[in-house]
Amino acid sequence: MFELIGIPPQAFFGQLLIGLINGAFYAMLSLGLAVIFGLLNIINFAHGALYMMGAFVAWFLLQYFGLGYWPALILSPIIVGAFGAVIERTLLRRLYHLDHLYGLLLTFGLALMIQGVFRYYFGSSGQPYTIPPLLQGGVHLGFMVLPIYRGWVVAVSLLVCLATWFIIERTRLGATLRAATENRALTQAFGINVPRMITLTYAFGVGLAAFSGVLAAPIFQVSPLMGADLIIIIFAVVVIGGMGSIMGSILTGFALGVVEGLTKVFYPEASNTVIFVVMAIVLLIKPAGLFGRAHA
Amino acid sequence: MTAIRIAGKAPVGLTAPRSQVIAFLVMVAAFLIAPLFIYPIFLAKMLCFALFACAFNLLIGYAGLLSFGHAAFFGMAAYAVGHSAKVWGWPPELAILFGVAVAAVLGLGFGILAIRRQGIYFAMVTLALAQMVYFFCLQAPFTHGEDGIQAIPRGHLFGFFNLRDTETLYFVVLAIFLIGFLIIYRAIHSPFGQVLRAIRENEPRTISLGYKPDHYKLMAFVLSAALSGLAGGTKAIVFEIATLTDVHWGTSGEVVLMTLLGGLGTVFGPVVGAFVVIGLQNYLAQIGAWVQVVQGLIFVVCVLTFRRGIVGELGRILKLKL
Repeated sequence: MFELIGIPPQAFFGQLLIGLINGAFYAMLSLGLAVIFGLLNIINFAHGALYMMGAFVAWFLLQYFGLGYWPALILSPIIVGAFGAVIERTLLRRLYHLDHLYGLLLTFGLALMIQGVFRYYFGSSGQPYTIPPLLQGGVHLGFMVLPIYRGWVVAVSLLVCLATWFIIERTRLGATLRAATENRALTQAFGINVPRMITLTYAFGVGLAAFSGVLAAPIFQVSPLMGADLIIIIFAVVVIGGMGSIMGSILTGFALGVVEGLTKVFYPEASNTVIFVVMAIVLLIKPAGLFGRAHA
Repeated sequence: MTAIRIAGKAPVGLTAPRSQVIAFLVMVAAFLIAPLFIYPIFLAKMLCFALFACAFNLLIGYAGLLSFGHAAFFGMAAYAVGHSAKVWGWPPELAILFGVAVAAVLGLGFGILAIRRQGIYFAMVTLALAQMVYFFCLQAPFTHGEDGIQAIPRGHLFGFFNLRDTETLYFVVLAIFLIGFLIIYRAIHSPFGQVLRAIRENEPRTISLGYKPDHYKLMAFVLSAALSGLAGGTKAIVFEIATLTDVHWGTSGEVVLMTLLGGLGTVFGPVVGAFVVIGLQNYLAQIGAWVQVVQGLIFVVCVLTFRRGIVGELGRILKLKL
């Protein structure tokens, strides 16, 4: 079949896999943005910068403390999440009574600052980060060779996304969170500490970005600008999916990664822009986004 | 309203307050004598960015629309001017008009898509569309990729004014800036501007009064894009170069910063903001990457404590509308 259209299966499935990996990052990052936006009404422009920070924290841990990939996978989200909690407590908290646009501007400023500091110390070139020994090598699947690490990234990010969905949609904690999203004052009247919940939600979303950063470190190089262009793609993903639904964010993220991967196979020139084209089409057909609510 | 009409004056907001007229005259006088003290090309750069920021402010300050993709209009116009002046050999006035037209058409496309969403989504859509333009410019052959279009000929304006002379160039740029500034000024103080403000304040009510907000938003967007194109195209003539930096999201961020720092929704704020930011960039150029950190810091400080901006605060202290 593949010979018929002149594309070798190895190339086809290779791009499909890269698409799935990119989709995994899109899903995790847009999920974090959606969770944060739901409760804080802020679009976190610093998400890409914090994703980059997650990768850098992993690199620091290895370089200066000899802590490898596995501890970094836990520690980096905690460290960056704590940093996020500080940002929320000291800066974002002052903006809740203002127009949403100020939140976007403030986090854009934060992104510039974080990226600027890392660029000052590390330039624009990347730092290598090796794949942990356990996940090195590949498996021959018959039609293609699957590098174990790439399979791991897809699997673990899918797991994390589904776990997030489960927590928010199916547990008591998630129910409280959804209640606070619907009506903050009323939830607070029921004796729930909403400000603390907001801080923890921001920390969680940011931690998720850092987790993605650690997963990305061995695939892409750890570089100060790794999140800068990514965040714009994530915005397009969020516009396409709409931020109303957790599962919607996950599905949109993975689907767009695959679409991008397939575009690389069939029409490589458009692979950079295909997501934006999809966004334009969705805006024309269903302006609220595929999973969005009309009033959002 | 009726009382004002009986007194024989136009409705509030349609005529320029006297404070703005005086400020305008002071600004023009300052620009006329500035080349005696400051390098004209540097001043011309400031004027281009001031016009860019004023065009951007028309959207955010009066229609309440935050576009994060204005670099697309600025940069594409620069490329259009560069290509038409260098490859097709067009005179500067035609090249700049061509740049404005390209930016306006692009703005129409952006606008039709972006006004379908509001608020925060509007910002994300414009940013994403501008990124698409950036990738297009990265790949398209006429932009020459990383090199950009270099050595764009300045030529003779109307076949008469030699733009290779820096003094002449400066005054031509000043004239272009003033034309753009007055177009925006006129738009703000017209019934059109009043409707834009009404949409910003209360869109459902504007609809109930029989206006079609989408038409007004689209018109404002195209006007803003076209004037951003005028700024970008003029910049290409001044620096004789059009590069990827002009279409990059960093430029979109800079114009937001200029307007925010100067004062959103003030007439003169974007001009002041552009001068401060460009001056700062020039001053901080030696410390490289820290420019970005400083710009980020200004964003944070402005949003937290200085939301009126320089001119907005000045106007509040002096109790004047600037």
